Amino acid sequence: MRAVNHLTLPRALHPGAWWLWALCMAVAASRTRNPVLLVLILAVTGFVVSARRSDAPWAHSFTAFLKLGLLVIAVRVVLQALLSTRSQGNTLLFTLPQIPLPDWAAGVKLGGDVTAEALVTALYDGGQLAVMLCCVGAANALASPRRLLKSLPGALYEMGVACVVALTFAPQLVTDGRRVRAARRLRGRTRASFRTTAMPVLEGALDRSVELAAAMDSRGYGRTAQAPRAQRRLTALCVLLGLLGILLGVYALLTDAMAFPFAAGALAAGVLLAVAAMAVGRQRVSRTRYRPDPWALPEWLVVAAGAVAAGAMVIAAVRGVNGLLLAGPLVVPPVPVLPVVGVLVGLVPALAAPPLKSSLKKAVP
Amino acid sequence: MIEFDQVTVTYDGAREPALQDVSFTVPEGELALVIGRTGSGKSTLLRAINGLVPHFTGGRLAGRVLVDGRDTREYRPRDLADVVGMVGQDPMSGFVTDTVEDELAYSMESLGVAPDVMRRRVEETLDLLGLADVRDRALTSLSGGQRQRTAIGAALTSHPAVLVLDEPTSALDPQAAEEVLAALQRLVHDLGVTVVMAEHRLERVIQYADRVIEVPGGAAAVSTGLPAERMVTAPVAPPVVELGRLAGWSPLPLSVRDARRAAAGLRSQLNAPKPARTGAPLGAELAHCKDLVVSYGTVTALRGVSLSIQAGEIVALMGRNGAGKSTLLNSLVGIIAPRSGTASAAGVDPRRTKPKRLVKAVGLVPQEPADLLYAATVADECASADSDFKVPAGSCRALLERLAPDVALDMHPRDLSEGQRLCLALAVVLCGAPPLLLLDEPTRGLDYGAKRRLVAILRELAAAGHAVVLSTHDVEMVAEVATRVMVLADGELVSDGETAEVIAGSPAFAPQVAKILAPLPFLTVGEVAEALDRAS
Repeated sequence: MRAVNHLTLPRALHPGAWWLWALCMAVAASRTRNPVLLVLILAVTGFVVSARRSDAPWAHSFTAFLKLGLLVIAVRVVLQALLSTRSQGNTLLFTLPQIPLPDWAAGVKLGGDVTAEALVTALYDGGQLAVMLCCVGAANALASPRRLLKSLPGALYEMGVACVVALTFAPQLVTDGRRVRAARRLRGRTRASFRTTAMPVLEGALDRSVELAAAMDSRGYGRTAQAPRAQRRLTALCVLLGLLGILLGVYALLTDAMAFPFAAGALAAGVLLAVAAMAVGRQRVSRTRYRPDPWALPEWLVVAAGAVAAGAMVIAAVRGVNGLLLAGPLVVPPVPVLPVVGVLVGLVPALAAPPLKSSLKKAVP
Repeated sequence: MIEFDQVTVTYDGAREPALQDVSFTVPEGELALVIGRTGSGKSTLLRAINGLVPHFTGGRLAGRVLVDGRDTREYRPRDLADVVGMVGQDPMSGFVTDTVEDELAYSMESLGVAPDVMRRRVEETLDLLGLADVRDRALTSLSGGQRQRTAIGAALTSHPAVLVLDEPTSALDPQAAEEVLAALQRLVHDLGVTVVMAEHRLERVIQYADRVIEVPGGAAAVSTGLPAERMVTAPVAPPVVELGRLAGWSPLPLSVRDARRAAAGLRSQLNAPKPARTGAPLGAELAHCKDLVVSYGTVTALRGVSLSIQAGEIVALMGRNGAGKSTLLNSLVGIIAPRSGTASAAGVDPRRTKPKRLVKAVGLVPQEPADLLYAATVADECASADSDFKVPAGSCRALLERLAPDVALDMHPRDLSEGQRLCLALAVVLCGAPPLLLLDEPTRGLDYGAKRRLVAILRELAAAGHAVVLSTHDVEMVAEVATRVMVLADGELVSDGETAEVIAGSPAFAPQVAKILAPLPFLTVGEVAEALDRAS
């Protein structure tokens, strides 16, 4: 067996595989409002993250997304309580003082009766969104954003470099801001002003970008782009259109905003356009790549696990299997067998993805 | 290999050319050292080698620069990337990727080197520069010396014939500087790479140089010559050379080893009298720390530091990069909150004092002097400093003129050279005349002249009853000015005592004169001259 196919030989998994798996889990979450399934999906992604994340700075983003999810739920529930009507049910929980609104706002009610049905529905809806957010968080935590950008096709290389530079500069701006604020004390100033805070930070950032540009120029960046301008623009346009098509298709599939054939068509057309443009763009790029991330058995297994989880949910939803959507807000949520088994398959990456090198785990002091 | 033919560079909007009528050649396999005052045009000269001047910076370049037979008029920097490797002043700002290995491969990727060749060269370079242990590490987690070596490695992997370095050791502690210089030495000797390097710290590099290119700045002509010849008359020289001139040695030694072999006679001549070191009488306690503990997240920067500094003392804070020097200084001005323990400056608690009152007690020049500067011109900056610290108008300007007489008042502070900017920040803080003055690495990028002026000002302040604390890697400066040395290691104070006691015995911190004359307790050329005077 080739070394890259070993499941236990330490190496970093292809970031694209992590993203595909996480997106599949998000698709699975988008098909249900059953709290049991949602919590199960969250548990599965959380377990995989804790099993396979590194100690790098971005690896903490799962917790950040978890907090964001809780905030989403809280906002949703509070708004529902304020704007609740009796349309969803009649189980009265408590009554808020009602605020009279002018005539033009007829139909909107602020305060008043709050029903259990309304709150529980809000909780489940918010929960779905929160779990999907956490899936994105899991991808962020597991895959280094830079490695993902590195595996971009050659035609998108310039865009990738711009993103990498931005990724370096954003945290640098925060540290600079802190340092400049501290330095203001040294001049005996207490009040912040644009001139004493933003200016030094921006000037510093500008200086650094010029330095970086000089360094990149000296190191041969942009040496090989010799395609005619018109062709370059056409490729870029095709890539963007393709990505737009993919985006539209995925969005439509996730939200039922469009009929299935149309959504699938948009997705397919987008993929086709993007792949074609990248193939054309690739020809003019004569740069090479150092140790590209391999795509081997572990990557296939991770993606397949995600696909099984998403597939099980989508098929269950299309077939109308009981338990994906609740009969009413206040019933005890059922536990449908097929979706549960499907989601549990999503756990496979915790074993199928190779462990990280130990040196990477303790790289950051 | 490199040929400058009557090169004159004029930047857009500048009244005078930055370089005028420069002609010299550097043959293959030489290590050429570019010296000159702060802001005299060294960086311009270096950047002209790979065409960054004028392709990237703008301006006009008259004359001709040939590198390996290629004229920089026709080749842009990116087209010279396979011939010239460039390492900038701050390696961190030139890094494009995030890990050591990727950074080493970056230029080769741009040049389209085949993957298997890339793989081999990265491994070779990791070994050559001793970076194999940190190959997977994030660049931000490296020490200063490792960063500098990574930057050199990144320039080397494309196998350039010429390597250009702008002050590669100025921000490094003595040990890290040794690492970097050893690596460079290896490149020149084993691989025949031509190295052109600008550096102020002559005491570190002069012994390795095959050729000196002196850029005097202004209208004076750029001249080249052999190091030993140039050093006989050079206005600025490292202590080993000054001692050689004082003792009349010929040929002039450039390394400690050569000087030590020549110094037997001098040592016996100096045997009897001990140099007298009398500091100003000590006054009130101006800085006090007790069991100071500071941590950032899980990293402990200071663990239980206790110290007391009195008026009239000049204390040098030494130690590796990351040993906690900046943290200690920052806690004394209240920028960092201690986890436990206390820090007080001139009798006040810096965390509980309003900034307006605090600046009258303690002043700090931070590591990035630009953080202190807000105005659009040097003159405005001085005026606003006068009003910030409520001192008579013109005080800051007078100080600046003493520190750096050649700074143009209508320049933007960001356009000054690093050394000039530091002088400006120093002048801003000094004009408040706080009883306790803290300087975080004040010698980075300063030439000998500016250092000498800084020493004079610090001595004056100490004599007038101020206490000065400076963190620095510059052992020669410490020997010259400090009355007391504290060494920090891993957040703990490992030694604290009179300068002579602490630095003379240490292999890393001993100044050149101490190394040459050991076991005699001399630290500076001035002390030796004085002792000779008394003996005769």
